[in-house]
Amino acid sequence: MPEEYDVIIIGAGAVGSLVARALARYKLRLLLLDKASDVAEGTTKANTAIVHAGYDAIPGTHKARLNMAGSRMYDTVCAELDVEFDRCGSYVVALSETDLATLESLIQRGSRNGVPGMRILGADETRKREPSITDAVTGSLYAPTGGLVDPFQLCIGAAESAVLNGVQLLLETEATGFVFEGERISGVVTNRGTFKSRWVVIAAGLWADDLMHQAGLDGFTIKPRKGEYFVLDKRAGEQVRTVLFPCPTPVSKGIMVTRTIHGNVLLGPNANTIDDKNDLSVTASGLEEVLSGARKLIPSINHRDVIRSFAGLRASGSSDDFYIGIPVAPSGLLVLAGIESPGLTAAPAIAEEVCSLLREAGLRMETNPAYNPERRAIPRFSQLGREQQQALIAQNPRFANVVCRCEMVTEGEIEAACRALIPARTYDGLKRRTRLGSGRCQGAFDLPLVIDIMARELGISPFEVTLRGGCSVFLDRPTKEVPE
Amino acid sequence: MRPLKVDVLVIGSGPAGLAAATQARRDGAGRVVILERNREAGGILPQCIHNGFGLRVFGRDLTGPEYAQRWKQQAADAGVTVLTRTMVLSIAPELQVSAMGNGRLLDIDAKAIVLATGCRERPRGALSIPGTRPAGIYTAGTAQRLVNIEGFMPGKRFVILGSGDIGMIMARRLTLEGSQVLAMAEILPYVSGLKRNLVQCVRDYDIPLYTSTTITEIRGRDRVESVVLCAVDDRWRPIAGTERAVACDTLLLSVGLIPEIELARLASVSLDPLTGGALVDEHLSTNVPGIYAAGNMVHVYDLVDSVSESAQRAGRFAAQAALRQPPPREELIPVVAGDNVHHVVPQRLRPRAAASEQAILELRVSRPMEEPVAVRLFADNSLVHSERLRYSRPSEMISLALQPEHAQRLAQAAQLLIEVIPMALHKES
Amino acid sequence: MPEEREIICVTCPMGCTLRALVEGGEVSQISGQACKRGVAFAAEEILAPHRMFTTSVTIRNGTLPLLPVRSRSALPKHLLLPAAATLRQVAVDAPISLNDVIYADILGSGVDIVASRDIECAEGK
Repeated sequence: MPEEYDVIIIGAGAVGSLVARALARYKLRLLLLDKASDVAEGTTKANTAIVHAGYDAIPGTHKARLNMAGSRMYDTVCAELDVEFDRCGSYVVALSETDLATLESLIQRGSRNGVPGMRILGADETRKREPSITDAVTGSLYAPTGGLVDPFQLCIGAAESAVLNGVQLLLETEATGFVFEGERISGVVTNRGTFKSRWVVIAAGLWADDLMHQAGLDGFTIKPRKGEYFVLDKRAGEQVRTVLFPCPTPVSKGIMVTRTIHGNVLLGPNANTIDDKNDLSVTASGLEEVLSGARKLIPSINHRDVIRSFAGLRASGSSDDFYIGIPVAPSGLLVLAGIESPGLTAAPAIAEEVCSLLREAGLRMETNPAYNPERRAIPRFSQLGREQQQALIAQNPRFANVVCRCEMVTEGEIEAACRALIPARTYDGLKRRTRLGSGRCQGAFDLPLVIDIMARELGISPFEVTLRGGCSVFLDRPTKEVPE
Repeated sequence: MRPLKVDVLVIGSGPAGLAAATQARRDGAGRVVILERNREAGGILPQCIHNGFGLRVFGRDLTGPEYAQRWKQQAADAGVTVLTRTMVLSIAPELQVSAMGNGRLLDIDAKAIVLATGCRERPRGALSIPGTRPAGIYTAGTAQRLVNIEGFMPGKRFVILGSGDIGMIMARRLTLEGSQVLAMAEILPYVSGLKRNLVQCVRDYDIPLYTSTTITEIRGRDRVESVVLCAVDDRWRPIAGTERAVACDTLLLSVGLIPEIELARLASVSLDPLTGGALVDEHLSTNVPGIYAAGNMVHVYDLVDSVSESAQRAGRFAAQAALRQPPPREELIPVVAGDNVHHVVPQRLRPRAAASEQAILELRVSRPMEEPVAVRLFADNSLVHSERLRYSRPSEMISLALQPEHAQRLAQAAQLLIEVIPMALHKES
Repeated sequence: MPEEREIICVTCPMGCTLRALVEGGEVSQISGQACKRGVAFAAEEILAPHRMFTTSVTIRNGTLPLLPVRSRSALPKHLLLPAAATLRQVAVDAPISLNDVIYADILGSGVDIVASRDIECAEGK
């Protein structure tokens, strides 16, 4: 651990992790912090996972500029990080004549932003591409550059790439304040000690405003804006083959219906501002809103296909645009705040922006000759060809033990996830790295097996295995009072 | 590596798989192999340490493990091979099976396959209970495995949603092991499991049972801290103002079993939307030539004895298919669920079914009728046969054997229909 | 003063709700039964209810950590919770065979607790 870092990045979500990785291209002493026990524990783990084409953002804003730049980077970044990405195109669905006029204005806005290839499709053509779409469809706006990604895979990929290139990652390390030397921030105070640094980048999502206030920047507040979702079984993929946006009306933004990169169907999100930044509960009214909204696009959506519901919180800032900048005072600080949609899409471009801003502000950025952009993910056994499967098994017989039946995840993959560069230390951590428990039975079959494997891999007792850290243990005590 | 050649391949070694495989050997099949994904055979039986199994098949009141051990012995005596820790990955149309386990990939060429993959429980996600998603929510079956097999108690203070048999069994189990079961909530106005379990698992231990009640919220950040019980109206909608929070650390879900048909789907076996399980004829043959289906993956049974008995049928016909060509495809007569019947299995029959072998129809009613009822079988619009029962409940499967004396009328029908109506109405008509 | 009691008969799945009067250790005026077996059941269930008892005990060096056990015959109902508590502290050693007596004459009931399955020794032991 160096005495002083060049840059400390607070927040290991998609943005913070990509920033850390981008900075690792230079000879800098870098520290990436997160208060959670894993990366991507904030908004990154609960969003719609869309890489936006870019017609939605207001021209001239950071959102528009960085959406476009970020979207263009996705193929390369995902290939380097061995992360799944599908630029499958997206549709905005019109259900009336008024909607068709709205589509026209979206095309114009998109053109101003530089979105390529957009065109309006008629009702018949839309239905050909999405046969289960509502009879009320009047047409759609097709944007070929829209895409799907797994946000967790992207984040863990970027964070591991950062670590591979020398970034130090500290989890369960919560930034509570700053060290000042006069008007300059010279370090970060955390629950694990104080770390000195020449620059601090705030990429702290929902909690960016708390840190900004700690730095004396009082003008900005972040309110959590909850979005609730349903995940449907893969067999619902028959009814939803594409990415469908509702056409926005003056009354509401509507509810999306999209397939996911893994072949499930996702319904949602709605949008309700709340007070508690830790409130990830789903509500009866919210779920009802999502289901009925989704049925406006695909009427045959069957609630029996639901396998899971969850909620995510958008970091809704008090300005309409991303807050990206280096305040005049205090110095030594770069703030990324209010990164809500299209934040995920913009993330790779935000990382580049951070590099430029720091360079302009005088940070010496000498190229790191050892930088390697490539990072390999854990093998996905179920997606490999037979010979590759055989090779993996020959290397490690645990790849022949299926643990999660629904998603065909093997013990070898779970072991690899527990031994990865940024290892899984909880069930949720495993789930996000391997798709364990993400299928129809939602972990009912695999849980007893996984507890056993995790205890072995982490060197802990089964009673210490948790769902997501903290007190979220699965087990209470042995069934019997006599020790074995 | 050359594929293993098998005459009858059975997938699953629970009460269905063991019985089907044993019968296949007894009926002359050469090599009969069972593939089991767990470390030992028995399917779900090893964790069902309570009694109530085998009253018909063995004339004894056995525990799950005892029932399993007897069948394992019979299977071994009959010359069945069981491969444990082996998971089937895929089934190709020519019955080439790809499996994996014990450190290797395994290819099998089968002449006939019996799918006996059992069922699984409806999880929380499928219920969409509002609230948070903390640790401490389990299906009753997962909790049963943890408590009885792994030796882990998953919590201290339990609430159980659903009055299915597994939930009631676990209510007793948890209490006997020193934990507290604070409440059981059932959304229906009646208990959905067997009366015997209501007495011996819930009432015996003074566990509060609330019918017409559901859970409208789960609270707790890392671990369950409380659940909110709420009364429901006759359309299952929560009644505002009747909510009450119950502090607990574990929620068990016992709200329904669904056939485990993942493999069936991969093998392009047609399913019945009413049962969620495989569509079968009276041979328990599916639409895929050579693939048979048995046990809970066809429809969920109430008694394990019925599972084994019907699985023996599947084993018999699978053996016949392996020994010689399967019977030629015929026009099958659809069997339809009529008034008060939720579903009936098999969903189609050969015209000669009643004449040639005793075909048995298995059905469940859609609502309880606590009065004498008539189970009526129609060939097209004409009543062919009826039987009287003292009562009928969704929780208890009804079996109706087709009699040879009805064979001719059944054989000529375009459709068979089965309904269950109160005796009073039957007498009027 | 006779007390009215209501019970569910579990002799068959029908589960008739039976009513009876109890006074001075005698059961009378049984009603609600659909058959004779219910009459016999009512008296016993009210005066001296019995239950088949199943649970598990710790097993050492076995292929599994717990051995399922059962009472050979029905136990008086009031002994179930105490029997479970007693057996929670019992451990046996593998190998065990089906019907091995694990705990004889539990709580003075005259009923043995026996193994409900075989469990072999763990590999390599």
